[in-house]
Amino acid sequence: MPHIRAEELAIEFPLYHVGARSLKKRLLARTPLRLRQDESNRVVVAALRGLSFAIERGERVALVGGNGAGKTTLLRTLAGIYEPVAGRLEVAGSVGSLIDPAAGMDQSSTGRENILLRALYRGMDDAEALEMADEVGRFSGLGEFLDVPVRSYSAGMQVRLSFAMATVVTPEVLLMDEWLLAGDADFMQRAQERLGRLVEGADILVLATHNTQVAREWCTRAIRLEAGRIVADGPVEEVVVDSPPLAPLGVGG
Amino acid sequence: MLETTTPAPAGPLYVADASRPHRLERALEDLATGFSRWRLAAALARLDIRNRYRGSVLGPFWLSLSTAVSVVAIGLLYSAIFKLPVAGYMPYLAVGLIVWGLVSQTVTDACDSLTSAEGVIRQLPLPYTVHALRCVFRNVAVAAHSLPLIALVFLFCGHLPGPEALLAVPGLLLVAANAFALAIVLGMVCARFRDIPPIVGSVLQLAFFISPVLWKPELLGDQQAWLPLNPFYVLMETVRGPLVEGGVPGMVWLSALGFTLLTCALAFAFFVRFRGRIAFWV
Repeated sequence: MPHIRAEELAIEFPLYHVGARSLKKRLLARTPLRLRQDESNRVVVAALRGLSFAIERGERVALVGGNGAGKTTLLRTLAGIYEPVAGRLEVAGSVGSLIDPAAGMDQSSTGRENILLRALYRGMDDAEALEMADEVGRFSGLGEFLDVPVRSYSAGMQVRLSFAMATVVTPEVLLMDEWLLAGDADFMQRAQERLGRLVEGADILVLATHNTQVAREWCTRAIRLEAGRIVADGPVEEVVVDSPPLAPLGVGG
Repeated sequence: MLETTTPAPAGPLYVADASRPHRLERALEDLATGFSRWRLAAALARLDIRNRYRGSVLGPFWLSLSTAVSVVAIGLLYSAIFKLPVAGYMPYLAVGLIVWGLVSQTVTDACDSLTSAEGVIRQLPLPYTVHALRCVFRNVAVAAHSLPLIALVFLFCGHLPGPEALLAVPGLLLVAANAFALAIVLGMVCARFRDIPPIVGSVLQLAFFISPVLWKPELLGDQQAWLPLNPFYVLMETVRGPLVEGGVPGMVWLSALGFTLLTCALAFAFFVRFRGRIAFWV
């Protein structure tokens, strides 16, 4: 059964190039909260501190919080990119992470070559890769541009291609950053529908967002992070109610 | 704990526990999945080469061309300096320069194996082995463009290697094993300490002069007994010897094997211990 469990999870980023002693002292004196010195005298940023939560099948969780609260770091940790320095994390189920749209894209390759490359990144075999190329080509609506290097795409076309590639598989645990919900208006119409299906199909959704409207629309539960700690965790109406509304990204309605 | 007694999930399970890191299992799993996905590494290596030589007419053949010019120029000059027959010296020099090129390019590139993949490492969960393999593949592929040059020189100088030339294949495998190990260990060390690449560059330059690339070991007289202590020499010789000199002394094979085991062991120890930190370093 897909689930996510975290117990006292912590992630720290070492600041390796803070060498000079005086600079170190100044840094540590100024910001006592998140910068600290670890056992081996390195300055580290505590990106996530003592997170404990459990997400069960069927839950759609919004990670909310300001810039630098640790939302993306938590997504990357759940995806298995960062290994925790303390605590325990258990993620059961196939994980799909839609964190950075441009990751693994080769600018000088054509759209089609990029799709096949993405298929290799995902460990697909040839038949699956060709199927994915067809499906992505159809959905992105790029047509003849599929055989043109990605470098010459407009920003909107790049988003379409990334979006189509990212959403072609349905994982059990879907980790998503907000970028997916920002696209040009006419494409968003179709994107909405597709994203809806993807979210329905996944057993667990974890979505990092700034946008309270997005959180309300897509999620049932919200976890508010502040300076790397969980400050609120509960039904989405309770957790996101007190945050100031931001400009909607066109996900309403 | 209650959670662990519930029935095991059917799908994949990812557990990261800082108090029980299971570093060895993870490193082995990384290696196994990384090697099973060699096609990704090969595709990425092909892209690297294509992007590096984008718009260039000759592409990687520029490297072969410049090697060819060096072989002719150095061959004529040094055969006169060393008073060696050109037809005998040329094949030795050609294979030597090409193999040296492979070794030094790979070592230089190994420093970059992980930092150059930073964008992917921080965004997609992927075995680190894939990045090391990619580094090995792209260097071997570039060096392979110089193979016609070897054939050309052999033809021109009337040098025909005997059946022992096949021993160059295990020699190349040893070089590849070292390249992979170095791509791991140098990739990690250089990601953590950014001063290492210039040091590696200086060491390589020194190694070129103290290894018999241009000169022949015989010129050292009795001192050549020390040569098997030079890892660059023994690894190069396992490829060059079978092709040019009709074989390689057993001592050289032994030493090459020893150095290979050493670098692999070092790389494995590093990889097991620090694999989890790579994402924070790059």
